[in-house]
Amino acid sequence: MALLRLDGVSVRFGARTALDAVDLEVAEHETVCVLGPSGSGKSTLLRVVAGLQRADAGRVTLEGRDQSGVPTHRRGVGLMFQDHQLFPQRDVAGNVAFGLRMRGAGRAERARTVDEVLDLVGLPGAQRRAVGALSGGEQQRVALARALAPRPRLLMLDEPFGQLDRGLRERLVVELRTLFSTLGTTVLAVTHDQGEAFALADRVVVMRDGRIAQSGTPLEVWQRPATEFVARFLGFDNVVAADVLGEAADTVWGKVPVPPGAPQGTQRLLVRPAGVRLTDVRDGLPCTVEARTFRGDHVALMLRPGDGPRLEAACALRDAPEAGARVGVAFDADEVVVLSAP
Amino acid sequence: MNSNIRRAIGAAVVGALGVATLAACGGSGSDASDSKTVTLVSHDSFNASKPVLDDFTKKTGYKVRVVKSGDAGAAVNQAILSKSHPQGDVFFGVDNTLLSRALDNGLFTPYEAKGLDRVPRDLQLDAAKHRATPVDTGDICVNYDRAYFKDHKLAPPRSFDDLVKPEYKNLLVTENVATSSPGLAFQLGTVAKYGADGWQKYWQRLKDNGVEVVDGWEQAYNQRFSGSAAGKKAKGDKPLVVSYASSPPAEVLDAKPQPQEGPTGVATGTCFRQIEFAGLLSGAKNTEGGKALLDFLVSKEFQEDMPLQMFVKPANQDAKLPEVFTKYGAKIPDPETLAPEQIAKNREQWVKSWSSLLLK
Amino acid sequence: MVVAPPEVEPPGHAPDGPGARRAADRRAAARGIASRLALMAVPFAFFAVFFAYPVAAIVARGLKDGGRWQFGRMGEVLGDPHIGHVLWFTTWQAAASTALTLALALPGAYVFARFDFPGKQVLRAVVTVPFVLPTVVAGSAFLALLGRGGLLDELWGVRLDTTVWAILLAHVFFNYAVVVRTVGGLWAQLDPRQEEAARVLGAGRFAAWRRVTLPALAPAVAAAALMVFLFTFTSFGVIQILGGPRYATLEVEIYQQTAQLLNLPTAAVLSIVQLLAVCVLLAVHAWTVRRRESTLRLVDAARTAHRPRGAGQWALLAGVLTCVTLLILLPLAVLVQRSFDGPDGYGPVFYRALQSAADNGGTFVVAPLEAIGNSLSYGLAATAIAVVIGGLAAAALTLRGGAKGGAKGGARGAGRLVRGFDALLMLPLGTSAVTVGFGFLITLDKPPLDLRDSWILVPLAQALVGVPFVVRTMLPVLRAVDVRLREAAAVLGASPLRAWREVDLPLVGRALAVAAGFAFAVSLGEFGATVFIARPESPTLPVAVARLLGRPGELNYGQAMALSTMLMLVCAVALLALERVRTDRSGEF
Repeated sequence: MALLRLDGVSVRFGARTALDAVDLEVAEHETVCVLGPSGSGKSTLLRVVAGLQRADAGRVTLEGRDQSGVPTHRRGVGLMFQDHQLFPQRDVAGNVAFGLRMRGAGRAERARTVDEVLDLVGLPGAQRRAVGALSGGEQQRVALARALAPRPRLLMLDEPFGQLDRGLRERLVVELRTLFSTLGTTVLAVTHDQGEAFALADRVVVMRDGRIAQSGTPLEVWQRPATEFVARFLGFDNVVAADVLGEAADTVWGKVPVPPGAPQGTQRLLVRPAGVRLTDVRDGLPCTVEARTFRGDHVALMLRPGDGPRLEAACALRDAPEAGARVGVAFDADEVVVLSAP
Repeated sequence: MNSNIRRAIGAAVVGALGVATLAACGGSGSDASDSKTVTLVSHDSFNASKPVLDDFTKKTGYKVRVVKSGDAGAAVNQAILSKSHPQGDVFFGVDNTLLSRALDNGLFTPYEAKGLDRVPRDLQLDAAKHRATPVDTGDICVNYDRAYFKDHKLAPPRSFDDLVKPEYKNLLVTENVATSSPGLAFQLGTVAKYGADGWQKYWQRLKDNGVEVVDGWEQAYNQRFSGSAAGKKAKGDKPLVVSYASSPPAEVLDAKPQPQEGPTGVATGTCFRQIEFAGLLSGAKNTEGGKALLDFLVSKEFQEDMPLQMFVKPANQDAKLPEVFTKYGAKIPDPETLAPEQIAKNREQWVKSWSSLLLK
Repeated sequence: MVVAPPEVEPPGHAPDGPGARRAADRRAAARGIASRLALMAVPFAFFAVFFAYPVAAIVARGLKDGGRWQFGRMGEVLGDPHIGHVLWFTTWQAAASTALTLALALPGAYVFARFDFPGKQVLRAVVTVPFVLPTVVAGSAFLALLGRGGLLDELWGVRLDTTVWAILLAHVFFNYAVVVRTVGGLWAQLDPRQEEAARVLGAGRFAAWRRVTLPALAPAVAAAALMVFLFTFTSFGVIQILGGPRYATLEVEIYQQTAQLLNLPTAAVLSIVQLLAVCVLLAVHAWTVRRRESTLRLVDAARTAHRPRGAGQWALLAGVLTCVTLLILLPLAVLVQRSFDGPDGYGPVFYRALQSAADNGGTFVVAPLEAIGNSLSYGLAATAIAVVIGGLAAAALTLRGGAKGGAKGGARGAGRLVRGFDALLMLPLGTSAVTVGFGFLITLDKPPLDLRDSWILVPLAQALVGVPFVVRTMLPVLRAVDVRLREAAAVLGASPLRAWREVDLPLVGRALAVAAGFAFAVSLGEFGATVFIARPESPTLPVAVARLLGRPGELNYGQAMALSTMLMLVCAVALLALERVRTDRSGEF
């Protein structure tokens, strides 16, 4: 049975719809990441589950029990706020132990749990430090520890790595992933960063304008973005109008092969950069290299074809042509996705 | 409602009850209903020395509890307002300017105090019914600064008529009739002297002669008057002030050694007599105790203690005045008086006319 | 502040939910309103019993004749040109006093909030002293400065007594601390970096202040202005002592009609007029500040203060210190000087005399020194009552209409209820002490509430005046607490009440301390109501001072000055202790 279940949840702020009939399930021990641009309603989603925001329609169920009318403090969920919201007048231990105190835990139990949780988040011995004196990353860890300490049945994270620098973020993501699987925590996180989402989640839910645009494992979403919106949100810009017939499509880029079983007719087509293969200029679609960007293990090339939108291609370091070079382009059917409208 | 809120409300209610309980403990509930306690309601100026009150308790078995509030006027008005549930058994401190108001409102129950025969008849303004018992007298007179008149080789004024003479121009400070009890008494003196028709003319001349009006006695005596110790410090420059006949003795009371002559004197022809009364409150819980207390108020023992406590003169003619009064105080042979009924009837109109004459 | 709490919870309520869920929602909304009502219940009962009922009773006594309301009296009284003059004078002197106080005290608030200088804490306590001095004493001290032979007279031959200027300046003297504490308290906690951000964005120094700091301060400034206006509108002692008999405020008139003339009908009409005026004032105020305090970034006050930098800041500091010296320190110094100026030169003669009841001609059954003890215990009781009542009220006013928002109608109803409640709390400040005192007399006279001569009546009356201070001081800060901190607490399992206690309360500790200090100070100096409340022999300091002043003789006057000096000292020490308590509190609670 799903631990968390949303059925047709809607939230409106005046004329604006923040959540529009959202259905969502989170299974026990599952980590789900809601991914979406700002304003897509993902934070509202968390607030509805926490009971901080009343739903105008629909139902939130936790462990099978309808939560309407259950106040926030009785829901037994944890929420780590985007900007931490640590209690400024309490020290680290005071913050972490807060939830335990609310549950009436004894002093010894509190101290033990605080020690444990601080160890888990990598801040052993920080109990007496003032929260104002912590660095951003440390505050993040304290906020996490505070949310974890009461062992909530569902842990929710709002932009958990928002304000951290890249290195720290990548390390924390890995640590958290390990931590959650060790503890068996059920997690619902929201982020606007696909990298974080893919690294952290068992399942990714992409939201747009208060609706769920796509839901699936990171691999599924990555490989088969359902819509142009999702594709573009994931950073794929090689999208073009196409007329699909059999296993090929007519585009301004010429004929592009499509995987077997693709929907037929007028469609939008995504070619992932990895599927843009460079050939001799006479063999493929002739393009000019407009720019090349070093991406660590590969080089991203921006190619300008004679007609139609620009193309992004990924190619190995040593094969990368100089800017201004003329190249030919061919497409791999494996990296082509026929998107569904819209 | 969740348990926390319920607990908080509970705590708040307990707190409120606690306050109420405290109030009940410290309040009248226990003390006032005690038949061995007699409660005296008075104004803020009431005082008696502790040994004298203790002596009353020893003799009669009644403990005296004193409840004070506000100045004389406010205290009388409060007593009138609360007469259906009086705050005590005896009220002390209604003077002849307010007596009619108290009597007309049925504040007092008749009782003829023992020892009243030693109080002069002319003080017994309610002799027919004995609702109000005269306890003390005080005269409101112009005080003068001896040093000033000595320095200026000028005789101090002696009568109302003197005050409007050119040699005393700009020397007198008096109090607002509407806000000050001595101020009102002084005005009543002029009414008694010049009649209901003539007093306004007199005040016009006083005004032309530069009388200064301030709101209260404290300012007049402690700030503006050049003769009082406080006024000297405040650089007061008015050598004449409307005050009490007992003010000169009070000025030297604490001086060590005591001077031959006090720094201030009294213009004996400018006095209006105030008589203060006490009475048994209608609806008193402890009537017997109240009667005993009234007897005590006119007794020689209390009457001799009173002058130095409240700077008033005893009503009981057997009571001896303390030396400081006889030595530094003046004898007021013929003070002005007015019938309480006349005061009650015209007071508001007089105050209004006075205000529009002097303050506009 | 009469600011409507923002009812920003979902404004629309979809009519399509299943019945059961809607019922549950309505229950939740009802629970929100219920907890607010529960919080309000105690303060509401307090005000109903100890304010509304007594005042209504005394007004009814005046306006009811033979069981019939005599509203005709209204026109009769108000048509009197004398009353018209009183009304006009009352209003314009209050407005002028408020403007002058703000003009002189706002720079002071800034200096106390943002500058570090030696003796700052002591000075901050000292400027609050006038606020608690009985007007009798302060008035005479002030007279020594402005009046005949006063400093101004001796230096420049300028006399201001019996002019309106004396009244206005004395009002500044009394109310300087109101502005410094109310505005400065918040100012000190505003994050200066916000202003810096505006500067970086190209705003000039003044523009940055006007666009960033002023809007943040506006509610506090409005609150302070409202308090000052109310105090000066109902001014009594100052007018009498410094204005002379030509100037009368509504309060003075009510006092005369009630206490002196027992003209209850006229007093009733005037009381109603005063109440209405205060209501209008509150409404105007609500209208001007009907937007919520923006959620402010509050930081530790210690971090925002620094030593003055540059000629401009030093000049500002010097200007404020000069102003404080002339307006506040000098009158107080005169008081102290007179308390030592004995018959045989300077010495502690008067202080020695205070110790015994016998030595001072029996003015007191108890030694005047005991009055200090009385005052302190009354003051503490009043403070406790005011903090509990005011704290509950402020909490009720900041509690959002239910954690999950009320149903539409409910929220609107609650908003109106809150506004009305907020205004109710302010009314005692604008009500004549004699009206309340006499009201007590005719209402609290029957069991179970026969409190007329109980000691508790004095702290109760004092608390009536203290509660608005507590509420006013705490509301801006309470409302400025980031709502998400409360949400964080809720998610961690804290009920709304618990969240308030755990999150808001520690954060508003300073505001609470300031509020308690004010309530304490007000009750120490409270004279009006205290003097009209009959009580067994236990005079408070101001009452003792007034009694001493009411008697001739050097010793009495000197003792009055000595006692006033001690009152000043007691109060300064209490306020100083309060400041210490605050700074000793580190990040830990």
